[in-house]
Amino acid sequence: MSTDSQNTPHSTSVLEFKSSTFSVPVLVLSNNDLDAIEQQLQKKIQLAPEFFKNSPIVFDVQELNAQKIDIDIAALANVIRKFGLMPIGIRGGNEQQAKSALDLHIPVYSIHNNLSSDAPKQQKNTTQTTEISSATLITQPIRSGQRIYAKGDLIIMAQVSAGAEIMAEGNIHIYNTLRGRALAGVQGNPDARIFCFDLQAELISIAGNYKISEDIKDSTRNKPVQIYLEEHTLFIQDIREH
Amino acid sequence: MARIIVVTSGKGGVGKTTTSAAIAMGLAKKGHKTAVIDFDVGLRNLDLIMGCERRVVYDFVNVINGEASLNQALIRDKHCDQLYILPASQTRDKDALTQEGVGKVLEDLAKDFQYIVCDSPAGIEKGAHLAMYFADDAFVVTNPEVSSVRDSDRMLGLLSSKSRRAEQNEEPIKEYLLLSRYAPDRVKLGDMLSVDDVQDILSLHLLGVIPESKSVLTASNSGVPVILDEKSDAGQAYADIVARYLGEERPHRFIDEKKGLFGKLFGGK
Ligand SMILES: Nc1ncnc2c1ncn2[C@@H]1O[C@H](COP(=O)(O)OP(=O)(O)OP(=O)(O)O)[C@@H](O)[C@H]1O
Ligand SMILES: [Mg+2]
Repeated sequence: MSTDSQNTPHSTSVLEFKSSTFSVPVLVLSNNDLDAIEQQLQKKIQLAPEFFKNSPIVFDVQELNAQKIDIDIAALANVIRKFGLMPIGIRGGNEQQAKSALDLHIPVYSIHNNLSSDAPKQQKNTTQTTEISSATLITQPIRSGQRIYAKGDLIIMAQVSAGAEIMAEGNIHIYNTLRGRALAGVQGNPDARIFCFDLQAELISIAGNYKISEDIKDSTRNKPVQIYLEEHTLFIQDIREH
Repeated sequence: MARIIVVTSGKGGVGKTTTSAAIAMGLAKKGHKTAVIDFDVGLRNLDLIMGCERRVVYDFVNVINGEASLNQALIRDKHCDQLYILPASQTRDKDALTQEGVGKVLEDLAKDFQYIVCDSPAGIEKGAHLAMYFADDAFVVTNPEVSSVRDSDRMLGLLSSKSRRAEQNEEPIKEYLLLSRYAPDRVKLGDMLSVDDVQDILSLHLLGVIPESKSVLTASNSGVPVILDEKSDAGQAYADIVARYLGEERPHRFIDEKKGLFGKLFGGK
């Protein structure tokens, strides 16, 4: 930037604190076997390498601690970094784990993941065992270049443009045309489904199993469909034939 | 209260400056005091299209920097005394524009003008961002081809997420589609997207279709906004657009292939 002497009355401050909310994948661990973690992680990442590339990640060790299983945080961080993921936090850890995380410059988050989950009369979603927070509703078109991440289900009333990307840990419902990328069950839920009124997607994915536009048969293109996973294979079905 | 209109597109060369000049003139001719601002710092163009390039003394950047007052920099149009032009600087780059500075100029203009038309530069970088940031209405100029439509879609995403109205959770910017350089015969041949194709992809309210027309080049060479060429198809298309924007209902034209002499004489539609 060029500096201009007449500019001084307008010189502005160089920094500002703002509060923003980000969606970050959380890796929930249920075992401390680092080899097993490494193997399974590799499998998951292979399914959608682009999605995970340089992705920030928070690891959640609450379940381990509930079962009184300890895990070496430094070793875990190493495994995770090996795959190009960037650990940016830990939650549910004990005092010792929190300390070793901080030694690694990994922030410690407290555990109140979603406000609604401990509300007593939360609307029942499905019978799924996976925790699914309430749905996110969007009524505006999702345009090229925009990204949406929903922790639970994602319901979109408008179109999703080519070049847009929508992700949900739960199901995705689009009551309009899907031209962009839609990824459901992004935390690995294989029971997640995608529904849309008019399928013209660039990419569809459930729990990391994906199909690109070229793989979508003409018989399901431009149709109202549901997309679901069965034994690691994506099925696209005309809703009207259900 | 002034209404701020941004004329934007993402893609370059689709007709933003042509449109800005035409609609600013159209609004002014209807009696609304209007200012049109060239945000294309470093590549100024609007003053040429408006035929006032030889009367530029101070520019937008001078006003932002406090080197000139708004009154010194605004150029009154020679065809319409309700229209004023704030030219861009040719010698600076886009970094000379600051959000604070632009906001202040718009605020000052709003005290005195009914409409402020912002001619955006191409792209989605700083200049384009500042041109749309304070807008109330967006005229998204699109050509009937895939890359232009894609860029417009991208710009629409930015309008709904990165504008002042979005950031402050106010009512969103009103978005309008202006489909420009439309050539029905080429649509028929399949070389161009049709109005329906574009509307299907963008799902946006169509304010008007501007035909591909030689009159645009003639007008810009003579420095007279094409809307003043009332006999020309493009001029009429812009007149329709202004009227629709102001709430008048007019049927869409220039969508179908040119009719023969008989059709010209009798076909309103
Ligand atoms: N309806 C039309 N028919 C024929 N030519 C047109 C039409 N609209 C614009 N043009 C021509 O297209 C070219 C680009 O127009 P213009 O400068 O208005 O576009 P722009 O979007 O402002 O470009 P930039 O992105 O460089 O600022 C000019 O040569 C202009 O004469
Ligand atoms: Mg221009």
